[in-house]
Amino acid sequence: MSELTSLTIAEARQKLRAKEITATELTEAYISAIDAANGQLNAYIKVTPDLARLMAKNSDARIAAGKAGDLEGIPLGIKDLFATVGVHTQACSHILDGFEPRYESTVTQNLWDDGAVMLGKLNMDEFAMGSSNETSYYGAVINPWRSAGSNQQLVPGGSSGGSAAAVAAHLCAGATATDTGGSIRQPAAFTGTVGIKPTYGRCSRWGTVAFASSLDQAGPIARDVRDAAILLKSMASVDAKDTTSVDLPVPDYEAAIGQSLKGMKIGIPNEYRVDGMPDEIEAIWRQGIAWLKEAGAEIVDISLPHTKYALPAYYIVAPAEASSNLARYDGVRYGLRVDGKDIVDMYEKTRAAGFGKEVKRRIMIGTYVLSAGYYDAYYIRAQKVRTLIKRDFELAFDAGVDAILTPATPSSAFGVADENLAADPVKMYLNDIFTVTVNMAGLPGIAVPAGLDQKGLPLGLQLIGKPFDEETLFKTAHIIEQAAGRFTPAKWW
Amino acid sequence: MSVDLATVKRVARLARIAVSEDEANRMVGELNGILGFVEQLSEVNVDGVEAMTSVTPMAMKKRSDEVTDGGKAADIVANAPVTDHNFFLVPKVVE
Repeated sequence: MSELTSLTIAEARQKLRAKEITATELTEAYISAIDAANGQLNAYIKVTPDLARLMAKNSDARIAAGKAGDLEGIPLGIKDLFATVGVHTQACSHILDGFEPRYESTVTQNLWDDGAVMLGKLNMDEFAMGSSNETSYYGAVINPWRSAGSNQQLVPGGSSGGSAAAVAAHLCAGATATDTGGSIRQPAAFTGTVGIKPTYGRCSRWGTVAFASSLDQAGPIARDVRDAAILLKSMASVDAKDTTSVDLPVPDYEAAIGQSLKGMKIGIPNEYRVDGMPDEIEAIWRQGIAWLKEAGAEIVDISLPHTKYALPAYYIVAPAEASSNLARYDGVRYGLRVDGKDIVDMYEKTRAAGFGKEVKRRIMIGTYVLSAGYYDAYYIRAQKVRTLIKRDFELAFDAGVDAILTPATPSSAFGVADENLAADPVKMYLNDIFTVTVNMAGLPGIAVPAGLDQKGLPLGLQLIGKPFDEETLFKTAHIIEQAAGRFTPAKWW
Repeated sequence: MSVDLATVKRVARLARIAVSEDEANRMVGELNGILGFVEQLSEVNVDGVEAMTSVTPMAMKKRSDEVTDGGKAADIVANAPVTDHNFFLVPKVVE
């Protein structure tokens, strides 16, 4: 790993501004790192070296002219879910075969406006449906982390598995990601990186391929808390093109880092435990509590009684919204078309060939729960349960809790092609048990590395905040990061 | 509630996804597994609870009804599998 690719965004920003390095040098270092690693990790599904070099050259010109933006010359990876003009955008699905949009997503446009450089598009679970990145049409991503003394290939988590693996392996300085039920925080936890899902409405969804519109939010995956704060400030905006984008100015998240926790109240929810959860997760949670206490926060036990119903409610709401959103893929306006004997036959053959197994399964569930006679029993009931889940959090915050500390995932990274998980879809869904509540309630959540398990694999903690109080999450996560240290995988690729 | 083979085939038809006999049979088990999992929601007392319609308490933004964009027919059909003179082409639907 060259010295340049080991710089954080904050460090690279300082060296670029001081003219100690150029954006071109930094970009070339990342292109070489990707060339050397991607055959083994499969984090990128499309590398854009020519575009990256051009963007870096323009960044160098702006730096020379004293017109550097906040992310000037910083090379980033972009999840394949974000529309990028003229560049592969397929949500890692075959059904969007050959799709190259003529428009740019608001989130990526914000990054380019601030001077960032695009290295390419990152692998992900197909349409962001998965927790291991194994549902991608482009194959699994391999986690740069391995168990001590083992060659077994591990998953990086999902759906933002390419983003997390690329950040952990230093194949980009930071990455965009999205989170519908845990797709930023679970892969961040599996790779020793920092990932934040902001409050629903903070980042524009315009130009982001839709999965479940009432749950989807974009956010960054980064090497440390400060870098995540720098990236989110750029990604977030008020956008007239997204009616759910909230009219609130974007704060300077970085300024929250280093602030004291004195007088803060941290809630510990008793319900964030599952059968068979390793003792190490419980231990790292206790360790996190001790760190925050030491930093001056008051720790209080809280109850979020509807926690166990969040995942089943999610598996009605998310597939229902997905079945509606994915109805647009019909072989007419973009992507794959398989000819048939009439138009309905064409639709059915196109969708049969274009969607993978997991996506079909969710469309089927969604279609079923929305079909005549079942809508009230499933969908309306799930949306009522969602109200109760949100109310649990509101009661805790009303009682004076500033943030909630939980484990990020019920386990560390598992093996690629795990037979136990392949046999039962619900087992895979259980990965999101601690993260999905946050999406159901629209709250911000951050995953921050807190230590390694006995196998030497990263474990993360999650902090959940009040709506639009991402600053408290950055401040608190930084305390955990300072106590736990940072974690980088040993290079084998 | 659970689904049988006929229901799976009907739902696949509604979803416009062609399924083989083998796939449909496999889906019966998978979908029943998921439906069994979500069944636990029936234990929750939801009497008098409003169904969530918006996760953030906000009024939906409205914009003035005016033309702000346009003249992009070539961009719009650029990614379509089959087009002719900026029209999407589909198999014949009216005899």
